[in-house]
This record gives sequence, structure tokens and C-alpha cells, in this order.
Amino acid sequence: MPYVAVKGGERAIRNAEALLKAKRRGDSAVPELSLEQIKQQMQLAVNRVMAEGSLYDPDLAALAIKQAWGDLVEAAFLLRAYRTTLPRLYYSKPLDTSEMAIQRRISAIFKEAPGGQKLGPTFDYIHRLLDFKLAAEDNIFPAPASEEYDATAATPRVAQTLEQEGLVIPPETAVNQSRTEENASQTGDIIHSTGEGQSPDIEPFDITRQSLTTPTNRDARLQNLARGDEGFLLSMAYSTQRGYGKNHPFAGEIRMGEVEVVISPEELGFDIAIADIAVTEVQMVNQFKGSKEIPPQFTQGYGLTFGYNERKAMAMALVDRALQAKDLGESLDGPAQDEEFVLYHSDNIEAQGFVQHLKLPHYIDFQAELNLIRKLRRDYEQNTSKSESSDGWQKEEPDEMESFA
Amino acid sequence: MSSSPASSSPSNSPPAKPEPGFNFAYLDEQTKRSIRRAILKAVAIPGHQIPFSSREMPMSYGWGTGGIQVTASVIGQDDTLKVIDQGADDTTNAVNIRRFFKKVCGVATTERTEEATLIQTRHRIPEIPLQEGQVFVYQVPMPEPLYFIEPSRTEANKMHALEEYGPMYVKLYEDITKFGRISLAYDYPVMVNGRHLMNPSPIPRFDNPKMDMNPALQLFGAGREKRIYAIPPYTEVKSLDFEDYPFAVENWDHACEFCGATDSYLDEVVIDDRGGRMWICSDTDYCERRQQKRSGTTKKLA
Repeated sequence: MPYVAVKGGERAIRNAEALLKAKRRGDSAVPELSLEQIKQQMQLAVNRVMAEGSLYDPDLAALAIKQAWGDLVEAAFLLRAYRTTLPRLYYSKPLDTSEMAIQRRISAIFKEAPGGQKLGPTFDYIHRLLDFKLAAEDNIFPAPASEEYDATAATPRVAQTLEQEGLVIPPETAVNQSRTEENASQTGDIIHSTGEGQSPDIEPFDITRQSLTTPTNRDARLQNLARGDEGFLLSMAYSTQRGYGKNHPFAGEIRMGEVEVVISPEELGFDIAIADIAVTEVQMVNQFKGSKEIPPQFTQGYGLTFGYNERKAMAMALVDRALQAKDLGESLDGPAQDEEFVLYHSDNIEAQGFVQHLKLPHYIDFQAELNLIRKLRRDYEQNTSKSESSDGWQKEEPDEMESFA
Repeated sequence: MSSSPASSSPSNSPPAKPEPGFNFAYLDEQTKRSIRRAILKAVAIPGHQIPFSSREMPMSYGWGTGGIQVTASVIGQDDTLKVIDQGADDTTNAVNIRRFFKKVCGVATTERTEEATLIQTRHRIPEIPLQEGQVFVYQVPMPEPLYFIEPSRTEANKMHALEEYGPMYVKLYEDITKFGRISLAYDYPVMVNGRHLMNPSPIPRFDNPKMDMNPALQLFGAGREKRIYAIPPYTEVKSLDFEDYPFAVENWDHACEFCGATDSYLDEVVIDDRGGRMWICSDTDYCERRQQKRSGTTKKLA
């Protein structure tokens, strides 16, 4: 009897799910992973899932990773789908990353930076040799005693040194001259502005509550990039380094640690710290030769991610800078500078869905296409046999040719 | 192939209690309200795409999340829902979406086109004409009809604003010069209410004429692209064509193998590995009802 893969009842779907669960568990003689193990020992996976899932919750991210069979994009999708159901109670105040309890902080542009540098836990200078000892279990790796470090002391940003001299455009004035009323009326509600330094009564754009339309501004772009796929941003950032929208960046500062999340409910009238979250923040410093309106100076690319997610944060900063080309009047030569191209293709939840939707039945459209191709071939054969009158394309089954009314 | 009386189908079920732990129709009320606002705007400007803040759903983008969000925002406890994919109620994706709404709404479901108050579809319009009062929801992958001519949405928006649809006609004209006919088999662009160029979603062009002056409210949801558009009841919908190359739909040299219909959209089914084919109605409801009338039994693909 015919094999018809696209039809299947609830039973087939239920069985597929049961099979997935069984396969995911693997050999039941091997102990099951606990969420705590994932959260503790696969922290970077948890961080990536929180960043791209756009929800800071290590427990749920660990659950998502377990449920997704270790597929991090699928895990981020699970987290996003859960996130949808959560009510939006408050917007936090902007994170103050200068008050970060720093675990890691480096700058590549000054030998010494006020506040000091701190390598922290990093792969950077480790020889990438497979550690066969790690294959054995019950290893104990004591953390080295670090110098006394006052985590509560504020650490100024390296870029401030340049800002004081006027050599770098402060973020709040750098872009957004292009922001217009038209943009706000399109989205319906709020006139919004970019991140830092905005006046408090202007709401930043929220791509999870407003529909992202282009052209847009830096606040929407940054939010999009912060949730964007790490691999996509990495390749986009890399392309700028190889000449597609070239703009040489310097790592002004990379810092990672915990920051306080503060809300200020109107009905209370005072601030409440609701959580400490770990974030990675990157400020890139890029050259800018100036334009008619703007004197030569440095510009900044900004990256921020949930958790320890340095590769992504750096890539984000490079892409953020590339996307400022429009506002700075630079020529647009590379795909990374194309706002629409980057913003509409960065989200892996959207991308994985649309690429994989090709698995759904398309036999109606394919039938229509089949009818058309047969018709076109018939036209072609008639034309060929008319002009050559021999040895044209042979019709194999002429009685099966379709016709259009 | 199996024979069964139509009434035993699991797709026809009375209302039941939704599964606890979800808001009715999954989305929170604020979100549903914001989507309904977008729908109202869409109805006010037929064929014009309205941006909306599409949410992640528990199904993948590209798998009907736009239609699902539209359905979720307009569905009520008293609705009777029909879900089809490729014209059939029993395709995996249709089953899955129906299962979702049963779970989060507990509404009654049906396969009978005329019994449904709300129909969600992918790729087809049923053969049985829609009626006044019905809401017909399309799942839309690419809402922008100009996307293969102008991939930039910023530019495409300008073209819509200026009614600059010449490039689309040029594309159709080029088809005629190259192939002697317009080589669009589905996703065939339409002009709505004489003003907005609209993508009908990937229905075959066979279905395009059904959109014109349709008594039902037709809503289109594109989840990933975050756009909603609509055709209000009794709105003119015209498939693009030229005076000397009028729009035409395909027909078949075959009748449906099961019900004998010659007026429906047929699926070509490969029945063996020697090139054997049969043709059957894509609309399973239409086909089964005709079979019932003829012989009292129904055949369908197992």
C-alpha cells in the first residue's frame, strides 16, 4: 500500500514523543543527569541558553538543556516558549555595570587600567590539549587563592578615560539622530530612545512587545543582538574583520561578573534590588575618521550577554559597531552593516523553525508546481519538435500531461 | 486505504475541559488583546500588512505560529474549530494544531467545513464554500508579496505606500515572454480592494478565486515575520493578470478516484514504484462527504 508519510494521527505523534524521551535517557544503567549537575558543570551551555532564550533562570535553562537532549538551540527555544507565558510586571532600571562584582576584567588598549585587570577563569591562555585525567571521575580542582579584592568597590569603565578627553563619542549622543516620530507612530505606543544616558521618561524599544520594523534604532538593534544566535553573530563579526565592512576594533574592555537588577515600582516610589545576575560586557573601541558633521574620534561597539558568554559578547560588539555605519554616514559595503540583513536573520528560534518547516507536507504546492512543469515541458517539446522536427524530448506518458483551463 | 464510517473520526469532538495550568488559548489576555488590535487594523485596511509583536509559541516558527496566534486571540469557548493542512484534517501538522487547541481551550472540533465557526488552514481553501460569520485563518510563511523582487522590507514598504507594483507586473510579463505563461503555481499575488498587493499564502492558484467576495472573514497570520493582514467579508480580490493573458486555474484530466469529483483540487498519489498514480481530492472532508452520499462508506489513505 502507499507510503504516505505526512498523514499520521495522534498516536503516531505520541509514539514519536515517547521514543524521543527513551532515546534521550539513553542507557538506564547509567545514572541520570541532575539539573544541579548541568547547572554546575555545564555552566557555559546554561549561559548560552539563557542568553538566546532571553530569560535569566539557570534552573530552567538546565531543565531545558536536559529536555532538549543537549541541543542548545532547541533548549533556547523551550525557554523562549516558556518566557512567552510570563506576565511583564516591571521593567528594571538600567544595569549599572560599573558597580559589577567583577570576576574577570581585561583591557587590550591600555597596559594598566584604573581598577586593575583580572584574568579570571578563561580558556585564553590554556593549551588546548585533551586532558585525559579529566576522563576519570572524582577529580578535585581547588580554586587558587586570589588576592584580596573588594568586589563591592566600583570599577570605572576604561572608555571613560577616552570620554574625558572627548576622543570617543559617548553612547547617548553617538547615534539616534535618525530617530523620528514616524518610528514611534508605526509601533503605536511609545516614543523610545537608545540605552544609556536617555532621559528616564523615554522608554527603550522592546522587541518582545513591539514589532521590529526597519529602519530602526540602536536600542532595538542591541536587544535583537543580545538574543541573537552566537554562531551567526560570530560569523558576521568575523566578516567585518576580513574586509566586509572593515572597521578595526580594539577590545577597550571586557568584564564579567554579577550586577544587581533593580526595579522601582511606581506604587512604592523606591528602588528594590530583586536579583544579582552574571553578565559579560564588552566595549570595543573603533577608529572613525570623521565626517562633515562629526570630528575624527573613536566610536564604540557594545556587547552584553547574560552569563559568561565572552565570544558572543565580543561578536555582538563588533556587529553593533558595524550597524552604526548608517548613523555615522559610512559607506555600507558588508552584510554586517546591513541592518535588515542582520536583525532579521540573527534569531535562531525563528531561523531554525523556518528552515525546518520544509519538513512539513508541501504536496499541494508541489502538485501545482508539477502541473506547471509538465505544462512548460509540453510547450518546450512542441517548440523543439517544430524547430527540429526530429529527436526532440520524448514524451514518455503523454496521457498524463496536465492541462490548464 | 481504509474504509470507515465518517462519524468515528477523532477530529469531530465535543467541547471538553481544557488542561489546567494554561490561560485559555495559551496566550495571556494582554497579548491576545494586542493581537486583536492588530487584526482590527488589518480589517480596516484590507490586504495591508500590520506589524504585531508576535510571540514565541510552543511550536516552531514556520509551523503555523502566526495562524495559531490569530486563532488563539479570536477563539471563544463556544467556537467549533476545524484545522486543515494541505486540505486534509488528518495531516500530522493539522492533527498537532487541533490537539494544541483542544488542550488549551477545550473547544469543540469538527471536520465539516460548514459546521466550523473558526477554520485554520495551511495551503488550501476548502471546496465547500465558506459562509457569513465564519472566520478563516491562514498560516502565512512570507507575508510580503514583493519579497522575491525586493528582499528589503524597508524598500517593499515604500513600494506598497506608493502603490508601486510595476515590478510585479514586469515579472509576470517576463514569465510570459520566457515561458508563454505566468509561471506561478502557488503564492499567486492578488490585488485586494483595488489597492494593496497581497500574498494569498501558498495556496495553489486554483484557490485564488475563492477569496474574492467571500462572505467569511479571512485573517492571515505570519508569526515569524510578525505581520497580520485581512480580507473582510465581501471584499474584491483579484489575481494579477493581463487582458490578453487572463488569470486561469488548473484543472485535471482525471476525476477523484474515491468520490469522482471533477471540480476539486486533486492530489497526485504515487501508488507503486512503476510510475503508477492515482488522483484524489486534497480536501478530505469534501471527498468523504461525497463518498457518503454515493455509497454510504468512505475510503481514504491510511
